[in-house]
Amino acid sequence: MANIVEMPKLGFDMAEGTLSKWIKSENDTVEKGEILAEIETDKATVEVESTFSGIVYKHLITEGTAVPVGTPIAVVAEKGEEVNLDALVESKELEPTQAEEEKAEPEPGPTPAEAQQSAKEKEDNSLIKASPIAKRIAKEKKINLSEITGTGPGGRIVKRDVEKFKKAPGRVSFTNTSKAQVKHGVDEEIRISNLRKAIGARLTESRQTVPHFYITSMYDVAELLKTRKQLNHGLPEDQRVSVNDFIIRAVALALRDFPNLNASLTGSTITRHGDINVGVAVAVENGLLTVVVRNADQKPLKQISQEANAMISRVKDGKVKNEDIEGSTITISNLGMFDVEDFVAIINPPEAAILAVGSAKEIPVVVNGELEIGWRMKVTISADHRITDGAEAAKFMQHLAQFLEQPWRLFAQV
Amino acid sequence: MAIITMREAISQALWEEMERDEKVFIQGEEIGVWGGTYAVTKGFLDHFGSERVRDTPIAEAAIVGSAIGAAMAGMRPVAELMTINFAFAAMDHIVNEAAKMHYMFGGQFRLPLVIRAPGGGGRQLAATHSQTPDAIFAHFPGLKVVAPGTPADAKGLLKEAIRIDDPVLFIENATVYQQKGEVPEGDYTIPIGKSKVQREGSDVTVVAYSKMVPYSMQAADILAKEGVEIEIVDLRSLRPLDMSPVIASFKKTNRAVIAEEGWRSYGVGSEVAARIYEEAFDYVDAPVRRVAQKEVPLPYNAHLEQLALPQVDDIVNAVREVLR
Repeated sequence: MANIVEMPKLGFDMAEGTLSKWIKSENDTVEKGEILAEIETDKATVEVESTFSGIVYKHLITEGTAVPVGTPIAVVAEKGEEVNLDALVESKELEPTQAEEEKAEPEPGPTPAEAQQSAKEKEDNSLIKASPIAKRIAKEKKINLSEITGTGPGGRIVKRDVEKFKKAPGRVSFTNTSKAQVKHGVDEEIRISNLRKAIGARLTESRQTVPHFYITSMYDVAELLKTRKQLNHGLPEDQRVSVNDFIIRAVALALRDFPNLNASLTGSTITRHGDINVGVAVAVENGLLTVVVRNADQKPLKQISQEANAMISRVKDGKVKNEDIEGSTITISNLGMFDVEDFVAIINPPEAAILAVGSAKEIPVVVNGELEIGWRMKVTISADHRITDGAEAAKFMQHLAQFLEQPWRLFAQV
Repeated sequence: MAIITMREAISQALWEEMERDEKVFIQGEEIGVWGGTYAVTKGFLDHFGSERVRDTPIAEAAIVGSAIGAAMAGMRPVAELMTINFAFAAMDHIVNEAAKMHYMFGGQFRLPLVIRAPGGGGRQLAATHSQTPDAIFAHFPGLKVVAPGTPADAKGLLKEAIRIDDPVLFIENATVYQQKGEVPEGDYTIPIGKSKVQREGSDVTVVAYSKMVPYSMQAADILAKEGVEIEIVDLRSLRPLDMSPVIASFKKTNRAVIAEEGWRSYGVGSEVAARIYEEAFDYVDAPVRRVAQKEVPLPYNAHLEQLALPQVDDIVNAVREVLR
């Protein structure tokens, strides 16, 4: 018998989807589980599997059409079967699917941000320690030395490192993401993508309805950077832990004592979440997504790093899974790699707070009345005044120092 | 091939050259009646007579100075200094006269002179009699400075030194006179100014000469058990310094250790390292390391003396270090 394939709901807050491409044409045979079409949601392009086996009897919408979740998009029938299309579609539309949609919320999106790389790494790149022959081979093979982890003394890149190094396929370069250039004398009109639309709606709502307040703290991250360097010594790049991984774990551990900041507000109810799921804003082309490290307070740093890296590379490759970007209870936006002093982020609703992380910088500091050089990093919390107050958020920021400034605590806590 | 000691190799070279050419004669302290402080010239006096085996007063300036005069007059003297430390007493003759005579007299004179001088520490002869001042003499253009590391090279290089028309300082190392090695049969010479790969390897280039050659060989055996193959380049002569085997080896291994018994500062290692950086900079994969004597006048105390001198383990550790 004939069956209707609907626009699938790929995430609790997905309201509509655009059919970007039909993989199976009309009259193609399709097996259950085979890829039928590609759909562009608010967040990413995803492949839609057929839920039925048979022949693609009819495409009900054309490529490029956006329809609400649950809308019939295709009919799969048995071979040779005659289908009364109108009757079939009508019967389907009568089924109650509206209730779910009301719950759907606009899409997340704090301020643009990045994970993965850290300010420290950027600093190191300005003078990469590599032996002359390593530099020479790298030049010949057109390898970027900044992508290589040195295993020589003091992290020096030596010949064996360059010889062993294989270029990561399609690795995103963070230094040159924007290829767009102003076309002089020509006004360009760009159709807003679903992702940009979602970010806009979500953040407009947040900025207009959530009473934000902001607190900035400065942390001594010398130990953190040192620990990270020791931890990464001799490791290949894909196993290295980033500064952001440290921050994820530090924030998660600090949140254990601040349930009010690991919360969300719906109507007149504050929900204090039982899990600490740390969202990390990741820049993508023309927007951003938030990947979520679940129960980050209960995971070792290494695991956090691996999970975050895996999700970030899925985001970059456009192969993000829904669970990668769902269910965060707090968000971190890190612009450290862009040489940023500090900034404020817009809360990712319905969360209670977001943390905006600046660059770790070497600056003059006063220690015991003496002027010294220290590593400092500024973090700004934006919090929802309907849920929490300045004193509580300030105490949280103070508590966070324990984990950022004494990184051994990240390893001591289980 | 016969296996003989370094002492025997040097002795054979002198003997054969004196037999071959009657212009060759030897002179020095205790070389005749006593047979040489290190017994290198034992039996020479009886065989060649006191005209050609001349015991001298304890006057190094006279030993070298009269040998220079004899060389200018057409003889082929081999002057022996009991130790190289006494060369300082003949410094003006060696560096100002022997090294410059041919040049300053517009080529009118040749100086077919050999000065033999054993050096090195490790026999508790205290600070003034235990030095390795090879680099000082190698500093002067006009003087050839040879310092062999194997009996075969010692014999071939000494014979060559006697036959050529230039002044040669032939530096021996007293602690390795008993070192044995294969020596080719019959008459042979080895050209001065050619470095030689004494052992092939692919991981680290170890540049050595004189006593540090047998030491490097021992280090190589230890390192081979760890899977590290060092390539030993023996300089054999410090002036002229033949860098091409060193550079060729370094371009293969990209890492080098230079071993010398003298002090590190302004030493042979400094020169070789500088040349590596100048001529093979694009092949450097790790900083070149120098193994050398601690920068102190050599202690008399046997334990301290050994601590101050470069040892086989120092070479092994330096190789491990450059391989990090």
